[in-house]
Amino acid sequence: MNPKRKQRLILVLFLVIGFSSVVALVLSALNENINLFYNPTQIANGEAPEGARIRAGGMVLEGSIKRDESSLLVIFEVTDYNASIPVAFTGILPDLFREGQGIVAMGRMDGDGIFQADEVLAKHDENYMPPEVTDALEKAGKLPDGQDAIKTDAVK
Amino acid sequence: MWTFFHKLGSPKWFYEISGKWLPWLAVLSAILLVAGSVWALAFAPADYQQGNSFRIIYIHVPAAFLAQSCFIMMAISGAIGLIWKMKIADVFVKAAAPIGASFTFLALLTGAIWGKPTWGTWWIWDARLTSMLILLFLYFGVMALQSAIEDATTAAKASAILALVGMVNIPIIKYSVEWWNTLHQPATFTLTEKPAMPAEMWVPLLVMVIGYYCFFTTVLFLRARNEILERERRTNWVKKLVSKEAA
Repeated sequence: MNPKRKQRLILVLFLVIGFSSVVALVLSALNENINLFYNPTQIANGEAPEGARIRAGGMVLEGSIKRDESSLLVIFEVTDYNASIPVAFTGILPDLFREGQGIVAMGRMDGDGIFQADEVLAKHDENYMPPEVTDALEKAGKLPDGQDAIKTDAVK
Repeated sequence: MWTFFHKLGSPKWFYEISGKWLPWLAVLSAILLVAGSVWALAFAPADYQQGNSFRIIYIHVPAAFLAQSCFIMMAISGAIGLIWKMKIADVFVKAAAPIGASFTFLALLTGAIWGKPTWGTWWIWDARLTSMLILLFLYFGVMALQSAIEDATTAAKASAILALVGMVNIPIIKYSVEWWNTLHQPATFTLTEKPAMPAEMWVPLLVMVIGYYCFFTTVLFLRARNEILERERRTNWVKKLVSKEAA
């Protein structure tokens, strides 16, 4: 490689590496702000700002969904199987909402430690399966790794 | 190996060789895309949770792959153009930008259409979606530079630098779902692990992905050939080619 090209190559490398490290520093400084939601452990540890509008994300705890008879109010617990927080939401839930489903709720903590949500989004996971397979797996009592807790209620 | 590399730098040589490949590439991409679509829409099983709406994956995932691959290709071409001053590399940067932008837009659009019934929202400012939107703006930036700067060499230099700087966004898109909490799910496909999807679902997807890559190459070659003819219009070989076509 002739010296002129070498010089330009070094310049290009310098540009790319320099710019990447700037972006890496900025991103690591902003790390907390880029996270879309706080998980229940973080909220329980007081890492989430109090009284501010935040998003909370986690799994809907099995057997925790309580629906109000006369309104659209739903109360359920969001958990990361480490800590869990109660969430209250009035409105229409997305189709994928069910026990064991990952969700992200937007709202704020009230004085009683209940998360008052005004928006609930379902978080889909990366697993895809035909319905016959899940039926068969359920009958056999076996679901793929890490899903057994989730799918038993969800499949029906 | 180096002779091949230097030959590749010759617009005339590229024009000739790509002319031979084009019909094959076009036919191959047509076959793969038609076969993949029919297989994906009619024969692949529905998902146990999302039902039929998951089928949008067959457009969304290949489009998102292409959007990123195209940018990587652009950045590499840009670097080659900057360092080796190869004319053809500049042509590729210019030809690829609008194609990449289209794929990025397609990925964002199909994602939004899928997001509404699945997540409950069209759009959310999570790390994956936002970084993908930035990618779209980077493509727009390259396109804007190309049309704003009259002189081809200066335009090529400016867009190559933008492409190289924008490269930093690619790993951010890829790892956004692992580094931060996002609404977007992590990758179903990785090179190291088996897909989180049965074969009857991912085989048509693979066909679609290969089809998209062939289609991308076809369109890229068409645009690059056009650009070469325009840039080289004063050279002998183009004049000869044009007069032969006209006769």
